[in-house]
Amino acid sequence: MNDLSPAAVAFKPADYRSAVKPVWCPGCGDHSVLLATQRALAELQLPPEQVAVVSGIGCSSRLPAYLNTYGFHGVHGRALPVATGLKTARPDLTVLVASGDGDGFSIGGNHFLHACRRNVDLTYIVMDNRIYGMTKGQPSPTTEPDFDTAISPGGTGLSPFHPLVVALASGANFIARAFTGDVGGCTKMIVEAIKTPGFSFVHILSPCVTFRDDQQKAWKKLARGAMVEETDDPERAARRLMTDDGFNVGVLYRGKREPYRPRLTGGDPVEALEAEFAQ
Amino acid sequence: MSEIKPPVFADAAEFFAEALAIELEASERYELLADQMEVHNNRAIAAIFRKMSAIEAEHHKEIARLAAAAKLDGLRAKFSWTGADGPEATDLSEAHYLMTPRQALGLARHNEERAAAYFEAIAAEATDPTVRAFAATMASDERRHVVWVDQWIAKYEADDPNWDEDPDPAVITE
Repeated sequence: MNDLSPAAVAFKPADYRSAVKPVWCPGCGDHSVLLATQRALAELQLPPEQVAVVSGIGCSSRLPAYLNTYGFHGVHGRALPVATGLKTARPDLTVLVASGDGDGFSIGGNHFLHACRRNVDLTYIVMDNRIYGMTKGQPSPTTEPDFDTAISPGGTGLSPFHPLVVALASGANFIARAFTGDVGGCTKMIVEAIKTPGFSFVHILSPCVTFRDDQQKAWKKLARGAMVEETDDPERAARRLMTDDGFNVGVLYRGKREPYRPRLTGGDPVEALEAEFAQ
Repeated sequence: MSEIKPPVFADAAEFFAEALAIELEASERYELLADQMEVHNNRAIAAIFRKMSAIEAEHHKEIARLAAAAKLDGLRAKFSWTGADGPEATDLSEAHYLMTPRQALGLARHNEERAAAYFEAIAAEATDPTVRAFAATMASDERRHVVWVDQWIAKYEADDPNWDEDPDPAVITE
């Protein structure tokens, strides 16, 4: 909720919204992620010019256009390499990365593993609707095996990808899940992710109202706060994930790994950078 | 949605800060919905949401005037941005690109109802007499809004059962 006292608050959520109107379908969960991102940035009072949002391709990847921060709408599945380069060159910026289940777990799946492993200080927000929405409803890595689509009659029969398991196994330093039906909850997870040094992964259940009209009402009933405290022990987190049905929201894991920081950055003299490459 | 629990206010300044925040959030949320409807060419509903936004903005101004008259220049809110949506903010997930005026106004009515209940709860539990009096005024305002939205809804005929039929739906794959 907002504080209206100008003396107390320099930036309000509306200050982070651009003049571009979202083209997402009304009812789409991504609207809530946009709002939650604005609220998170306002909560942290981050100046818009000190924030960059990098994305790939897909409905969710339109996020940077709707924010009044720096933005980069990149290549399909390649948001994380771009963001990694940006953060290592400009560690002073707060870098958020926006993606979806197709862009982030399929086309960009390999980058996801290595971004977790490298542990650069990024906040990776993945809006998961278990479908490719922009390209009209093909199954994604998180689609249920029996979900019937025009191009996969009767379902794919394939086991879905478990993003939290992969993130934990690959070394992400912060892992959380949120649901767009609770904007406040999404905001809180994004705030915690930004505040935690290292690679932070926020898995957001974001229903698609057009190609998955079964999700919105069902997920409102299924999503609930995880009944356990967050942990910094990867073994405990792994055990919890063994019984996770995909609808527990909250912080699962907050580690203590030091984030990767390059010895030299874009702010160092050119001669120093050249000397490093010459080695 | 997160549960909305009315906080306990230490004084009228805290209460007014919260009331102002609620009205501003409600107004901004209707603007977002109006923008969504405009993008999807549902202009009738965009106009309804735009009007609701203006009404909430006007309510915000009224509260600001009350706060100024009470000389509450040290307004401070009890909440943070990570809290639940305010009681008068529309749930974004309830929108549909083909929604009807009755459905849009039904959301507005639900918001006014929730806001009325919220301020009534504050009025019932506040220990500060000024907070109690202002909360009762706010609750009464919201109750009037419910009646007014009901009158607005009554101007429209019942929805066509096939209101969401789209002759060119996005779900058809080429």
